[in-house]
Amino acid sequence: MTDQLPADTRVPANGTLATKTFVQTPSQTIGPFYGYALPYDRGPELVPGHHPQAIRLHGTVTDGAGEPVIDALLEIWQADAEGAISRELGSLDRDGFTFTGFGRAATTMAGHYTFTTVKPGPVAGHAPYVLVTVFARGLTRHLFTRVYFAADAELLAIDTVLAQVPADRRATLISVQDGPASYRFDIPLQGEGETVFLDFDA
Amino acid sequence: MPFEKPSVVPGRETQGAVSTEIRDIEADAARRVRQGGAPELHPRRDYPPYRSTVLRHPTHALVRVDPEEVERVSPAFGHTDVNELESDLTIQHGGEPLGERMTVSGRVLDGEGRPVRHQLVELWQANAGGRYVHKRDQHPAPLDPNFTGVGRVITGDNGEYKFTTVKPGAYPWKNHVNAWRPAHIHFSLFGNAFTQRLVTQMYFPGDPLFALDPIYQSIADPAARARLVGTYDHDVSVSQWSLGYRWDIVLTGPGATWMEGEDAHD
Repeated sequence: MTDQLPADTRVPANGTLATKTFVQTPSQTIGPFYGYALPYDRGPELVPGHHPQAIRLHGTVTDGAGEPVIDALLEIWQADAEGAISRELGSLDRDGFTFTGFGRAATTMAGHYTFTTVKPGPVAGHAPYVLVTVFARGLTRHLFTRVYFAADAELLAIDTVLAQVPADRRATLISVQDGPASYRFDIPLQGEGETVFLDFDA
Repeated sequence: MPFEKPSVVPGRETQGAVSTEIRDIEADAARRVRQGGAPELHPRRDYPPYRSTVLRHPTHALVRVDPEEVERVSPAFGHTDVNELESDLTIQHGGEPLGERMTVSGRVLDGEGRPVRHQLVELWQANAGGRYVHKRDQHPAPLDPNFTGVGRVITGDNGEYKFTTVKPGAYPWKNHVNAWRPAHIHFSLFGNAFTQRLVTQMYFPGDPLFALDPIYQSIADPAARARLVGTYDHDVSVSQWSLGYRWDIVLTGPGATWMEGEDAHD
């Protein structure tokens, strides 16, 4: 039905068409069998490892029993090192030079994921972060979280999102530097140290 | 093949026991609506009939925050990322896949009904026998050497997409004894904002397995889950060639349903 409407048709105020047609399509789990479909060559490499500003962003996804989640898929989306948001094509077919800001990585048999990227710069003066989306069998709907960096202490102290997070859980959003250019961000889905997940009031 | 530890411990409950749990939750959701609550638009994250949710759902309420600029845009995908031929899942090998050839088409829209233009749609599915090309799918149905079951497309100026494929089969899983998933196609979608990101499944009309399936039923509101069922459209069918299904997808972002905060600690 909708394809007969002009492309920019807006919702009629009280029409049944509107209520029938433009309500959010529900989410469903990604399931266990996305592995041959969604991961792609160099998906986790927003920049190549030899890039002068390359960092490793990595961690382990665990469930409520502390067991590694071996069938999770993570996506990241972020600004570049200067805080600019890329509008470049090429996330799926990387040329090794263009920064597109998007990456995708499946967890390993140890529940571990690794991205190669750059540390984002602040956008509009806000504390820089990497947006993370978690999909997995058993997650009926994906989860969003953010990876912040402890080095940005001044901006973190005035960040409005962190201010909304209970103080005793705030650390779950801040990566731990575990090497000169390596940051660790574990994602316990449930239980001890459960990651703070975000709901964007869109 | 190297040994791989099973990712799922088979459930021992009967379908009857799981169906009772499903009905109880649906009755609870209906009662909340009768009491003035909004219908649940998404599946519950803690949905015990789907056993894998038990240890994987967050127990704390999600923290509601306003999206910043990063979340208000999406990655740009385009025809340099996706070849046009990738929307036809029947031409990826030397021969034709077995099964019922079909096309699935529709539009990707935002909550105001505006097309989501030039964005990425990814799809994956089992073959006609109900088997995935995935090493963890080891149930005894045949692989089809002419079918991988993966496609991608970039939406057009009106948000439209179209895939040519074969109808997937139902398949068994280990949630409980004699558990079967209704035939479905997995879809992954990007909107204009990253907050609109959606991964979901499209189903086929009239499937007798709907009532039995804890994944489909994890959406407790009947009208909401019906939005995942494609429509047979004879105008999309092609004479002597393929059956046509239509399925429109609406991305309005993840605005929480009312029940999530309240039930998060149950």
